[in-house]
Amino acid sequence: MLHDVAAETHANVTLIMGEEEFLADRAVAEVRAAVPGAEVHDLVGGKVEPGDLARLTSPSLFGDRSLVVIRAAQDIPKEVVPEVVAYAGRPPEDALVVLVHPGGVKGKALVDGVKKAGAAVVAIPKVTKAGERIAFIRSEMRRAGRSIGEDAARTLLDAVGNDLRELAAACSQLALDSDAKTVDEATVLRYHRGRAEVTGFAISDLAVEGKLGEALEQLRWAIGTGVAPVLIISALSRGLRSLAKVSGGQREAQAGMPPWMVDKLRKQLRGWGPEGLSAAIQAVTEADAQVKGAGADPAYALERAVQTIVVSRHGR
Amino acid sequence: MSVFDDLIGQDRVVGLLRGAVEAASDVLAGGPGSGMTHAWLFTGPPGTGNSTAARAFAAALLCEYGGCGHCDSCHQVHIGSHPDLEIVQPQGLSYGVKQTRDLILRAAGTATTGRWRVVLFEDADRATEQAANALLKAIEEPPPRTVWLLCAPSPDDMMITIRSRCRVVTLRVPSADAVAETLVLRDGVAPETALFAARAAQGHIERARRLALDDDVRLRREAVLSLPRSLAGVADCIVAAERLVKTAEAEAASATATLDEAEAASLRQVYGEGSSGKGLGRGLVRGGAGAMKELEDRQKSRATRIKRDSLDSALLDLVAFYRDVLAVQFGAPVELATGDRRGDLEALAATSTPEETLCRIDAIVLCRERLGRNVNPQMAVEAMTLSLRSPRQATLP
Repeated sequence: MLHDVAAETHANVTLIMGEEEFLADRAVAEVRAAVPGAEVHDLVGGKVEPGDLARLTSPSLFGDRSLVVIRAAQDIPKEVVPEVVAYAGRPPEDALVVLVHPGGVKGKALVDGVKKAGAAVVAIPKVTKAGERIAFIRSEMRRAGRSIGEDAARTLLDAVGNDLRELAAACSQLALDSDAKTVDEATVLRYHRGRAEVTGFAISDLAVEGKLGEALEQLRWAIGTGVAPVLIISALSRGLRSLAKVSGGQREAQAGMPPWMVDKLRKQLRGWGPEGLSAAIQAVTEADAQVKGAGADPAYALERAVQTIVVSRHGR
Repeated sequence: MSVFDDLIGQDRVVGLLRGAVEAASDVLAGGPGSGMTHAWLFTGPPGTGNSTAARAFAAALLCEYGGCGHCDSCHQVHIGSHPDLEIVQPQGLSYGVKQTRDLILRAAGTATTGRWRVVLFEDADRATEQAANALLKAIEEPPPRTVWLLCAPSPDDMMITIRSRCRVVTLRVPSADAVAETLVLRDGVAPETALFAARAAQGHIERARRLALDDDVRLRREAVLSLPRSLAGVADCIVAAERLVKTAEAEAASATATLDEAEAASLRQVYGEGSSGKGLGRGLVRGGAGAMKELEDRQKSRATRIKRDSLDSALLDLVAFYRDVLAVQFGAPVELATGDRRGDLEALAATSTPEETLCRIDAIVLCRERLGRNVNPQMAVEAMTLSLRSPRQATLP
């Protein structure tokens, strides 16, 4: 995922762009590692004043190279921007400048100007999908000289959550704790158990598929970790609603659904009949009323709804 | 001509109010004025004109000639600018205690024209419990010349403590013939259309007028009434519910969009947008952001209310439909509100039992209750359409 940033930073001005703060930090660290012994100035964009850049990059009496890192470059005041752009056009030999920009529209003049002036650009990809996170875990392990299987990586992801910084920390800890070349699922499970994040949709899928035990377990987790009951209700309701739409087989009802979703729903539909679906939807609606104040205990209302859904499944 | 002409089919109430107006003049002249009191509660189902009655009474109290309908005072009441008449129309979902306290303060003033100071509180049932409690003292012992006129659908909608401090005026649901006659006389509607609209609106005068005059409203009613026939499968129920909710949302959006925009623009102007001068021209001045936020909250509450009201009127049409099914099943000789869909009525009456019809009506009533309790509208309506499809299915308590 993180290719060799150092190789690309022969240019004296580097622009690191991307939202993932952790990866951006690492890219900065790699530039730093490439110039050992340099004098490092770590600045924040909003605090840079006119003249700062010239002062910090001017040749040192002792011949040290200097490295100026400006984080949150989108906040650089607009009177300083021309200065930075002009600097990027004719950088002196013995100073390196790294600008860290999170992407987006803010500070666009700076980004465009610096790019045009010939700065090296390192794009940090945004990590959103689970697959990308697993790839990240595996590359982390490789960095530590270990390898990890797909399943073990998924278990780790489930247990730790989506934050890249935490994932990286967990990976390096695992690499320190285990001696084996390959980190397997058993090792992951020895240190990490359970689930960090449960979404309403996961609960909805489990309930619709009739897995009562797992659904209740996930539900408890979700409530325990502070997921709002209303969100769980809305996920349950949405799951059943889509199921009901597919159950009719009419085109009109399925408008706006991607084909893969229709396929998935058709699979889930096994075991469901109209009366069962109807009863399940009624139960979820009642649970919504309970959660909104008609009942005393939202957790009870949710559990009852999940149980009713599972029971209704074979109600034909 | 008199201010009481607007009250349709309410002869008894008009007599009562005329008596009170005479007594009120007696009080002003220094007499005992028996028959006049300081707090009135106008009740009657929505559309019977309880606020119209209250407004007519207010006009009559403020008018030197007992409600002539053409003097300055009557005109000012009519357009809502009379200095001694405070009209409260809750726009949002509820009327809070803070607003009520302000209202009580304004109500305590002296009448500028030397007659009465009248507070007309429409939809008083929207007042929250705390707001109603705040009202208590003011209603119990108002200043000598202040008169409170509260309007609510039924006495039960008000707290018992408020109710017991008011004289209750109950309006009747006017007959379809009376409503139709008014539509013909006042709006020039063709007699046949007028009678259809009056029946369909079941005594709701304003709704009858809209049904008679606005094609969109008529079409929407048609769409709602064709719903029972379309509920063959579970998927149909979901689709029908979705459509119903979307229509309500669209109606709320069209009703509020232009209004919201104009209100926001004028508030921003108040807080200095677009003005020049020292310290200005840099966006909103201090307090502007907070005021904008407050306005947005109010607008959101209003949009929710319009959406709910729109759904509610659809649900009431459905109730009327199933009531008519029941009437057909029992062969009851009553006027049918949805007589224009005779075919559907008879088909459904023949294929279902009266018990099922009652279960269906219960399902609609349950849906209304749930909407009032803030249940997600789409879910509430889905549960209802599913119950309409299979009324016998045991619903959870």
